[in-house]
Amino acid sequence: MSVETLNVIIALVKIILVVYVAMMVTDLILILAERRISAFIQDRLGPNRVGPQGILQPLADGLKFLLKEEVIPNHVDRFLYLLAPAIILTPALMTFAVVPFGDQITTYIAGHLVTIRFQIADLDVGILYIVAIASLGVYGLVVGGYASNNKYSLLGGLRSSAQMISYELPMGLAIISVVMMTGSLRLQDIVVDQFGMWNIIRQPLAAIIFIVAAFAETNRLPFDLPEAEQELVGGYHTEYSSMKFASFFLAEYTNMITASALIVTLFFGGWHVPFLHQANLPVLWEQIIQILAFVIKTGFFLFFFIWVRWTLPRFRYDQLMNLGWKALLPLGLLNIVITAAVMAL
Amino acid sequence: MVATILFYVFAGLAILGAVMVIAHRNPIYSALSLILTLFALAGIYVLLMAHFIAIVHVAVYAGAIMVLFLFVIMLLNIRIEEKAPGAFRYMILIAAPMVVILFYELATVVFKAFSRAPVKQTNVGSVESIGNALFSQYVLPFEVTSVLLIVAMAGAVYLAKRRLNTVKE
Repeated sequence: MSVETLNVIIALVKIILVVYVAMMVTDLILILAERRISAFIQDRLGPNRVGPQGILQPLADGLKFLLKEEVIPNHVDRFLYLLAPAIILTPALMTFAVVPFGDQITTYIAGHLVTIRFQIADLDVGILYIVAIASLGVYGLVVGGYASNNKYSLLGGLRSSAQMISYELPMGLAIISVVMMTGSLRLQDIVVDQFGMWNIIRQPLAAIIFIVAAFAETNRLPFDLPEAEQELVGGYHTEYSSMKFASFFLAEYTNMITASALIVTLFFGGWHVPFLHQANLPVLWEQIIQILAFVIKTGFFLFFFIWVRWTLPRFRYDQLMNLGWKALLPLGLLNIVITAAVMAL
Repeated sequence: MVATILFYVFAGLAILGAVMVIAHRNPIYSALSLILTLFALAGIYVLLMAHFIAIVHVAVYAGAIMVLFLFVIMLLNIRIEEKAPGAFRYMILIAAPMVVILFYELATVVFKAFSRAPVKQTNVGSVESIGNALFSQYVLPFEVTSVLLIVAMAGAVYLAKRRLNTVKE
C-alpha cells in the first residue's frame, strides 16, 4: 500500500469518525440533554421512561421521525421544498472539517511513517472557510420558508436571513481581532498561539461579541425569532413533517456543536491543557487527554447554549436589530482599533 | 486523474447553472442556479490550489445573492412572472444561429490565446501571497477601493434617509 492510498484512507476514517459518528452521537445526546435540562430548569421530570433515566429517548424520537407519515402539502413548490432540508444540513456538516480537535501523532501504519493530524483538513484559510460555508446555511431556511408557500414560513425565512446577515458582521469583526493577534487564519496556528495565554484573557470583548453572535447565527434563544412559536406557529419548518422536519433540527444541533467548538478553538485554547507538558506523560496519553479536554470544553459550551435557552426570554425584533447594528458592530470595530493600537505599541 | 474528473464535474455544474439562470422562468430558481454556478467555479479554484480565492468567492457571492434572493421574494410577483409568455417567442429563430456563431468565435479566440491549460501554482492563491501583493504592490488601489465602498455606503444611507424625511413632511 502506498503512502498516498494510506493518507486517503486515514482522511476517510477521520471524516466518518468525526462527522458521521461523533457529531451524530453528540446530536442524539444533545436532544436528550436539551429535554432533560429544560425539565430540570422548569422543575419538571422530563423524559425518563425509555431506558434508564431516559437514555434511549433520542433513539425513540428518531424512530418516531422515521416511521411518521410524510405529508407534502399540495400548495408547495415541490422541488425547492424537497431541496431545502438538504441545503441546510450539508453546510452544517461541512463546517466542522477545519476545526482541530487535537494535536498530531506520528506512527507506523503498514510499514509507513505517517503523521495523523487530529483535524480533517488543515486549510490555510481555515476560519474563512467556516465563515463562508456557514453563510450558505441561511439559504436552507429561506428556501424552505419560500417553498412552503405559507406566510408564517416565509416570515420565518425572511427573519432568519436578516438576522444571519446582521450578526455575521460582528462575528467577523471578533474573528478579525483574534486573527490579528495570531497572524494566521489557520485554526491550528490559532490554538498554538494560545499556549501562553488563552484568548479569553487577551480578547475578552471579542469573546463576548463572538458568543452573542454565535447564538444568533445558530438561531437559538434568545435570538430564535425565525421560529418564534407564539408569533409564527413554527417558522420556516411549519409545513415540514417526519424526517425532513427532523433534519432542520439536526442542522440546528450540528451548527451548535460547530459553534461551541469554534468558541473553544478561538477563545478557550482549543485542545490545549495548561501545564500538561510539565507532567511528562507518554505522547499517546498526552494526545488523548488533549482530545478529551477539547470534548469537555465543547460540551460545556453546548450545555451553556441549552442553559441560556431555558433561562432568557426572547428578544423583540427591533431589539435584536438594535443589539446587532448599534451595540455589537461598533464594539467590534472598537475592539479592532484597540487591538491594533496595543499591537503597534 | 481524480482532478480531471472533478474539473469536468465542476465545469459541467457551472455551465448547467449558468444556462438555468437565464432559462428558468422563476427568478428564485435563477438566483439559486447562480449560486450553483459560483460554487462550481469555487471548486475549480480549489483544483487550481487557490484556496483563498475560492473561499472569498463563496463568501462574497453567497451574501450578495442572498440579498438578490430577498429582492426577488419581496419585489417581484413570482406567480405573474412564471405565467408570463416569453416576450421574444419568435426571436429564438434568429437567436439560435447567432448564439452558435458567437460561441464559435469566442471559442476560436480563447483557444488561440490560451492554448495551454493554466499552471497550478501553489503560491499564487494562498493567503500570504495575496496579502503581500495587496499591501505592497497594490496598496493604493486597495485603499482607494475601500474609500469608494464607504462613499457608496454613505450615498445609499443618504438616499434612503432623504426619502424617509419627505414622507414624514
